[in-house]
Amino acid sequence: MDALLLSRIQFGFVISYHILFPAFTIGLASWLMFLEFRWLRTRDNVWWDLYKFWSKVFAISFGMGVVSGIVMSFQFGTNWSRLSERAGAVLGPLLSYEVLTAFFLEAGFLGVMLFGANKVRPLVHFFCTCMVALGTLISTFWIIAAISWMHTPQGHVLKDGFFTPGDWWQIVFNPSFPYRLTHMVLAAFITTCFVIGGTAAWHLRRGVQREMALRVLKLSIAFGAIAVPMQVMVGDQHGLNTLEHQPIKVAAMEGHWHRGEPGAGVPLVAFAIPNQQAERNDYEIAIPRLGSLILTHSLDGEITPLTAVAPQDRPPVLPVFFAFRVMVGIGMLMLLVVAFSCWTWWRGRLEQSVWMLRGWQLLSPAGFVALLAGWWVTEIGRQPWVVYGLMRTADAVSPNLQASTVATSLAGYATVYAIVFGAGIWYLWRLLKKGPQAGETPPEMGTPDSGAKTPARPLSAADEADIAEGARP
Amino acid sequence: MNPADLVLTAADGAAFWLPVAWLGVIGFGVLMYVLLDGFVLGLGILAPLAEDSDQLDHMMNTAAPIWDGNETWLVLGGAGLMAAFPRAYALVLSSLYLPVLAMLLGLIFRGVAFEFRFKGRGVARQAWGAAFSIGSIVAAFSQGVILAALVQGLPMEGGHYSGGTWGWLSPFALMTGVALVCGYALLGAGWLILKTEGRLHQLARGWARPLVVCVLAFMGLVSAALPYLDSRVMARWFEGSNFLWLGPVPLLTLAVGWWLWRDAAIGQGADRPHDAKPFVWTLALFVLGLVGLLLGLWPYLVPPHLTIWGAASPPESQGFVMWGLVFLLPLILSYTAWSYSVFRGKVGADAGYH
Repeated sequence: MDALLLSRIQFGFVISYHILFPAFTIGLASWLMFLEFRWLRTRDNVWWDLYKFWSKVFAISFGMGVVSGIVMSFQFGTNWSRLSERAGAVLGPLLSYEVLTAFFLEAGFLGVMLFGANKVRPLVHFFCTCMVALGTLISTFWIIAAISWMHTPQGHVLKDGFFTPGDWWQIVFNPSFPYRLTHMVLAAFITTCFVIGGTAAWHLRRGVQREMALRVLKLSIAFGAIAVPMQVMVGDQHGLNTLEHQPIKVAAMEGHWHRGEPGAGVPLVAFAIPNQQAERNDYEIAIPRLGSLILTHSLDGEITPLTAVAPQDRPPVLPVFFAFRVMVGIGMLMLLVVAFSCWTWWRGRLEQSVWMLRGWQLLSPAGFVALLAGWWVTEIGRQPWVVYGLMRTADAVSPNLQASTVATSLAGYATVYAIVFGAGIWYLWRLLKKGPQAGETPPEMGTPDSGAKTPARPLSAADEADIAEGARP
Repeated sequence: MNPADLVLTAADGAAFWLPVAWLGVIGFGVLMYVLLDGFVLGLGILAPLAEDSDQLDHMMNTAAPIWDGNETWLVLGGAGLMAAFPRAYALVLSSLYLPVLAMLLGLIFRGVAFEFRFKGRGVARQAWGAAFSIGSIVAAFSQGVILAALVQGLPMEGGHYSGGTWGWLSPFALMTGVALVCGYALLGAGWLILKTEGRLHQLARGWARPLVVCVLAFMGLVSAALPYLDSRVMARWFEGSNFLWLGPVPLLTLAVGWWLWRDAAIGQGADRPHDAKPFVWTLALFVLGLVGLLLGLWPYLVPPHLTIWGAASPPESQGFVMWGLVFLLPLILSYTAWSYSVFRGKVGADAGYH
């Protein structure tokens, strides 16, 4: 393997690991904001107990997002120096604004949010929670702007292979940006919603804090009932946008190799094993005309086939094709579980419906899988381009980088991530299993803190006692 | 694209001033990072000297509320360098691949140890304590190596780095790595003197003076090595009358070194120098070191080839972020200061969230 392929594997590896944590914390931060808002409005301490519990989950996830994110901000320079050199004038400012408007905001208010509840007034504390939540969303805005510009570049001037910004408004609000942003934020919210709802179902089945668990499950069902159908529609729109700007990616998603007979429409390929060499699908099961109906909203609409471009301009079809089906499949399962849950709720049998609870439990990690699958579709599907149509991935890699060096770093990242994130996920799992504790002391009724003398560990909101199985010490 | 060794003058207007202002911003970001994360890394470097597990808890608790914000300055340095000087960002990071990798892996272990150490039990707890320490030492050493590699000049041919995987390795780089480990350890000791009382405070005072000796000795060694490096870096220090008007920097460094030595005394009762002094003097020492470095590097970003104007992104890029910086940097500094003030004062041995 050469330095290019190894660099691609490494980038895919570190960014796939990384995105799981920000996606989860985007959702959790807003969930925490909601919980604290409810507590402030009602002074019902169950909301505060839930806040304390989920803030511990947030702390662990956020910490892992931070350390894996620092790797990302250097990865462009170490392995993709020609991309940085040539497109840094456009991408760098977007990333800088992400740091200035989002990362500092999150880091600045996180300490007080996690540990300052007894050091500041409740409204100030709520303000901190809001700032952290806002930070996660602003961060999404900028990073999606940068990624979207690489997919649908505009607003720049290209001279001698160097990208110079022309119109920043055009660069940020490029054609795929609004769709990708909405799709991603919804994906983060839904992923989090299923972790929260799945945990509640788990607790209900095991009899952990039944009342709290039921309340949380109902909220998850209600949110899912709105967000999941919305995501289906947004996904459809995003797909149509991709069809307009990156038709070859859509052709890879659909396994659509050749232009069919006029008027025959495009079939929907339910299953196949795409064969890149032979330019066809093996073992294909297809439904006639359904592809046209979904993609062009007509029965005989035609889309650009993969063979419309030269073989070296096509993405690897197999991973895009399967990742797309995994994403859509999980989305449909989520829709099913949410619909079934609404029906059970309407019949007043939420607690008794073992199948519904099992469904939530089963789907609790599914959002992460769908999220990764979706990103793989979009990022593998835009190959061989790194800046779509303008700069090839092969031309972006650092010159003079030796394969053995990249192999070393890839092995290093793989080992370290396995240890660190393996441990992190294990700690998260123990924490979720134990569940929330009733009777956490809300700030106002707490004994006045000995003040400045006892700062605690932020990003260590969950300590040993909290996640130890069994009784609290 | 500009030639790499482009040099402009004030007469060139914005094309001259924007990269200069950006050099200031990057310099400020690096300074904030080195000062703020420096003391946190210092705690990790000093961790093996802790007498028991509780003492290590105590050390980590002093920094836990703020380490994440401190590390964000490094991310700003990375993103800012890419925005304002993409050529330097690309060249430096791809050439110094292994030291950067080591730094990042070290920072990962250091960062998660803040959480995981308090969640594991028994062996796992000890292991995360070791991860905190080793991660900090590796990260600090790598940063020293990266700095030294820049100062000694990257081997270049035809505008590209030509040094291979190990081109940055030299006795000077290794020495600077050790020097920075000592420097961060001194910052960490100063921080502990400031933030703790009792046994740990006494220990930290005991560590301070030997570290002062090491740091001053390394500053002398590094400075003495500078004129012998291949790059023209620091040559300016010894050209003509330059040494006269640059003279206050080394003189001030000597004075600060003396005050630091004096106030790092162990002392008892009323004789004890103020607890903030060792930390503040160490900060001053780092500021002077960085000022000396910038004066020597000027106008190069990656000596001896790439000037700040040669590396600069177009004014459309530099200006776009500069507008944001003017408004956002004061805001960031104020809420960061507010966050520090919420957690101000001495941290007791029983601090934590138990």
